[in-house]
Amino acid sequence: MRIVVPIKQVPETRSVKMDEKTGTVIRDGVESIVNPLDLYSIEAALILKERFGGEIIAISMGPPQAATALKEALAMGIDQAILVSDRAFAGSDTWGTAYVLGEAIKTIGDYDLIICGERATDGDTGQVGPEVAAHLKLPVTTYVNGVNDWTDGALTVTRLVEHGEEKVSMQLPGVLTVVKEVSDPRLPTLDGKIRARETIMPILSFDDLKLDLKLIGLKGSPTRVVKIFRPKVTRECEIHTAEDEAGVALSVERLYNFLQEREVV
Amino acid sequence: MSDVWILSEQFNGQLETVAFELLKRAAVLAEKKKSRLCAVQIGAELPESELNRLIECGADVVFAVEAPELKDFNPEPYAACLVDLIEQYQPEIIIAAATTTGRTVMPYAAMSAHAGLTADCTELDIEADTGLLLQTRPAIGGNIMATIKTPECRPQMATVRPHSGRPAVPQSGRSGELIRIKPNATRLKSQTKVIGFEAATDELLLQDAEKVVIVGRGIKRAENLPLIYELCDALGAALGATRDVVDRGWLSYPHQVGLSGKTINPKLCVSIGVSGAIQQLAGMQTADNIIAINTDPEAQIFKVADIGIVGDLFEVIPALIEKIKNGELSC
Repeated sequence: MRIVVPIKQVPETRSVKMDEKTGTVIRDGVESIVNPLDLYSIEAALILKERFGGEIIAISMGPPQAATALKEALAMGIDQAILVSDRAFAGSDTWGTAYVLGEAIKTIGDYDLIICGERATDGDTGQVGPEVAAHLKLPVTTYVNGVNDWTDGALTVTRLVEHGEEKVSMQLPGVLTVVKEVSDPRLPTLDGKIRARETIMPILSFDDLKLDLKLIGLKGSPTRVVKIFRPKVTRECEIHTAEDEAGVALSVERLYNFLQEREVV
Repeated sequence: MSDVWILSEQFNGQLETVAFELLKRAAVLAEKKKSRLCAVQIGAELPESELNRLIECGADVVFAVEAPELKDFNPEPYAACLVDLIEQYQPEIIIAAATTTGRTVMPYAAMSAHAGLTADCTELDIEADTGLLLQTRPAIGGNIMATIKTPECRPQMATVRPHSGRPAVPQSGRSGELIRIKPNATRLKSQTKVIGFEAATDELLLQDAEKVVIVGRGIKRAENLPLIYELCDALGAALGATRDVVDRGWLSYPHQVGLSGKTINPKLCVSIGVSGAIQQLAGMQTADNIIAINTDPEAQIFKVADIGIVGDLFEVIPALIEKIKNGELSC
């Protein structure tokens, strides 16, 4: 089974700070990591390779330093990595990103499966996986939590939906987006790290992919961010301090009265 | 046409509540744009009485795209049918739910239609001078809010979280047009097929619960959960958790409330040891009544709470449990 795993390098969002005065994001000194949810797609691909044999190719669109994320995928056991990088791609929204990634994946040739993480923790849209599938005119199965069989060219998977778990059969080639339940990601190995260091990583640019300039970057992206602001919160909170026994008793008294006033007990 | 559309959803032949939540949100947009509000329902054939509920809740037109092959959600044919409808009727705006269905069919269709799509909007509005859809959503892990526009590409597409607003109230006798559409067989072809289904049990409890207790990292360890369960029992509340708690393995993912988990809209939300990061608040801040218990007086959670206790949860909660139990006895 030949598997493509698109991954994204993201800022460690929990450490992102805001400049309170300007309302902008302070990116300096923020660590870049492999999108945590992509570790599950890497793991799913590794499990499939262990069962069915084959090859896994990780691909990432991003600035040159996104190569670090691909090296980590290699260290986990991925066979090859491709970086898709060009200044012309900057500013692409999910549509533009899916177009570039889709065209880059076409250069890989025959493959059976594309496995994406559910979403990236920075953009948090979860759109690129299904959009890549649409661009490549492939079937997609989302929210996959388990991969069962691969027989007669069809992959059987389970997916988590609102009302339960659906069992789906998908004729390959196709695209999966996987959720955390699919399996716990393994750690990079020492051997893997050495191999990652030695692996030559091709870089695909705008010229290599012969893309339509009108469809990429800010210009090719349907959506525009027009305003960024700090969310305001509006409730008037009645605060009680429970620092000693009396404070606890008073606070609990007040809480209970509140529950009664609002008719919830 | 400058119509505003919502994408309805059904399960087992019944329309989902989220369709009516979407109608309520979209009615405001249609009103501002002075345009029609239309509902698209893709699936197996539904009785007129069921589809009529969409009209009673605000839809001027219902497009029911029906075929036996569409009984289960299937991304390729659903997207193909939606794209066909878009091409034929050229809507200005399409709003769908950020459910597993909406989050799959919307990007698939948006890619094919070269439309703009914004995920997980918490607020939607119409810009006064341009008539464009203003889509506001949390960004960068919920640290900021971003307002997004789609200046040129059409339609302007967006998803909103289920349970992030109340459903529209039906007005009996409201009239509208029902258009049933039989899709062409070539549009129903698919490489995927649903071959089984197992219904969930406890996961539904949280989303539809009237009262919810949410725990954060402040509970310190999984061994402290029995105390929380005791509070849940006393209140008759379901248990939710922040991503921190789920990532630590103290509770499973179905319990997760927040941007990357469930959105809840209960009558009462008691948050315990929850810091109140924006991505957590996004999952629960529309609750009718919010109680916060936290040791840190500066915690963000107090800004969205109605009543806040700054104190040690291991002192406050046992006392509260006792109080509730005694209260019930005296009733």
